[in-house]
Amino acid sequence: METSTTAPLASAPQRWTPVRREQTWLGWLLDFKPFLIVMCLLPAVGLLTVFLTYPLGLGVWLAFTDATIGRRGVWIGLENFEYLFEDPIFWNAVFYSVFYTGVATVGKFALGLWLALLLNQHMPFKSFIRAIILVPWIVPTVLSAIAFWWIYDPQFSIISYVFVDVLGWRDTNIDFISTAWPARWSLIAANIWRGIPFVAISLLAGLQTIPPSLYEAAMLDGATAWQRFRYITVPMIMPILAIVMTFSIIFTFTDFQLVYAITRGGPVNSTHLLATLAFQRGIPAGQLGEGAAIAVSMIPFLVFATLFSYFALARRKWQQGEAND
Amino acid sequence: MTERALAAESASPRPEQGAPERMSWESRQRRFITLYLPLSCFIFILLFPFYWMTVTAFKPNAELMDFKNHNPFWISSPTLDHVYHLLFNTAYPSWFVTTMGVAVGSTFLSLFASTLAAYAIQRLRFKGSHYVGLAIYLAYLVPPSILFIPLATMVVQLGLFDTPFALILVYPTFLVPFCTWLLIGYFKSIPFELEECALIDGATRLQIFRRITLPLAVPGLISAGIFSFTLSWNEFIYALAFIQSSEKKTVPVAILTELVTGDVYQWGALMAGALLGSLPVALVYSFFVDYYVASLTGAVKE
Repeated sequence: METSTTAPLASAPQRWTPVRREQTWLGWLLDFKPFLIVMCLLPAVGLLTVFLTYPLGLGVWLAFTDATIGRRGVWIGLENFEYLFEDPIFWNAVFYSVFYTGVATVGKFALGLWLALLLNQHMPFKSFIRAIILVPWIVPTVLSAIAFWWIYDPQFSIISYVFVDVLGWRDTNIDFISTAWPARWSLIAANIWRGIPFVAISLLAGLQTIPPSLYEAAMLDGATAWQRFRYITVPMIMPILAIVMTFSIIFTFTDFQLVYAITRGGPVNSTHLLATLAFQRGIPAGQLGEGAAIAVSMIPFLVFATLFSYFALARRKWQQGEAND
Repeated sequence: MTERALAAESASPRPEQGAPERMSWESRQRRFITLYLPLSCFIFILLFPFYWMTVTAFKPNAELMDFKNHNPFWISSPTLDHVYHLLFNTAYPSWFVTTMGVAVGSTFLSLFASTLAAYAIQRLRFKGSHYVGLAIYLAYLVPPSILFIPLATMVVQLGLFDTPFALILVYPTFLVPFCTWLLIGYFKSIPFELEECALIDGATRLQIFRRITLPLAVPGLISAGIFSFTLSWNEFIYALAFIQSSEKKTVPVAILTELVTGDVYQWGALMAGALLGSLPVALVYSFFVDYYVASLTGAVKE
């Protein structure tokens, strides 16, 4: 018979003999809690160990070898990293990854929070509006990136058409992706466009958990709109904001699809992110070791972002007391 | 007194304050400028690329490149040429079938694994179950961009290179953590008392899981399922790295790599491809909007 001390329900069966029609050894085994736990966890933990933990270790190992496609590499120490640290393209990718993440995150969260505040008000067709706002996030990123590629076309850009032919503000077409800096900003704009819905809907969920009585109390005390935002809304959505921001930072920093679809790292490697550079060096060029080294150099940043998330979560527990589970 | 009135007035746009009786405090204009104008700008910008995609997909080539004689925002003579080209002159049907197979396969695999895992973590509560949950959460934070190179070598060694089966096995790496996290939250909302009652009535743990917990968790399973389906449909980097032959590619990869031939981009066909490729997820989405919003916010709140 099973014994357990953790769950309250498990203490009952000890004093009581269940009536079972046929007790096979399999039935007994499946009612044996430790065995059941192992069986239940096995598929998920097995999949994640084989296809996530092991490759993570393998990736770090590959970064210190000279593996190419079809050839197992040998240990070469820090050679990959030494080579990369002298490579201006790598440093450019580091710079652009940080810049891209920084600017896009600020943009996404400023606009997303604004949109969340707008959506939190009473209006007709509320749920319909929320539904269509999420569409950019649902559609495959590559496919909406292709749409942006067409919008950014040097000759037939619809934005250029509006500015040149309709409004007459400019004489020449806008250069979106054919030179370095415009291309960088255009990609950031596309990333912000893609990120706003996720941020807005998640923050909206946070806003809706704030009890209206807090605002009423603050209003009775004569707080201004800005004070209520600063001292009620912001602290109350901080826990959710921290989690969403961690996710957003991690997945923006390691973004691949948008850049690969719109510019493929061009013009002249100016818009390479670390992920696209790792892909370019690793898969089409076949330098697995070097690609892995570029991918591994993203890890310190991700660890930093995860720790940020962990401490934000810890703070949330502390704020809401012990009972928060 | 005036101060209070002013405070109440400026308060109105704040959350949950716009109740009907308070509406009289503010003018319609103010509400238009602070709410409807920015909101319509947001909606316009968020949806314009899709409008532009649709318009381009149904325009004849002549109109596509001629903004002087035709208003680019409208289609003078709509055509199905691009869609026809996509469906009959390219391998689109086989891309579609592959993607569907991969998405359905990996969704079921991850639902199976994560339902059991979430049940064990949340309901069978054992020593350290909290840490297993945390480890699975951390697994979600490992992005595919770091894993695709070692995974590519593994896929080659396992002899799965260039087979959609590789994708079915690899996609659970990002689906299982997400689904488990979602389902833990869902199982948490099912009262313990129901299971206790069943236990007293002599049900085995397996019976409790199958007859009580699982049926009650169906909405959670639907959320996790449609989310997994969407995420696998949209996945790009693994499909790009592991699949080489044209007819085995998934829709997002194939549209980007197979339709761009040479220097002349066939924008009509590209946009038709993007539109048709988005359609399945858009359809699933339109049927299950509430589940999406609930699981998105639920997963974040956990």
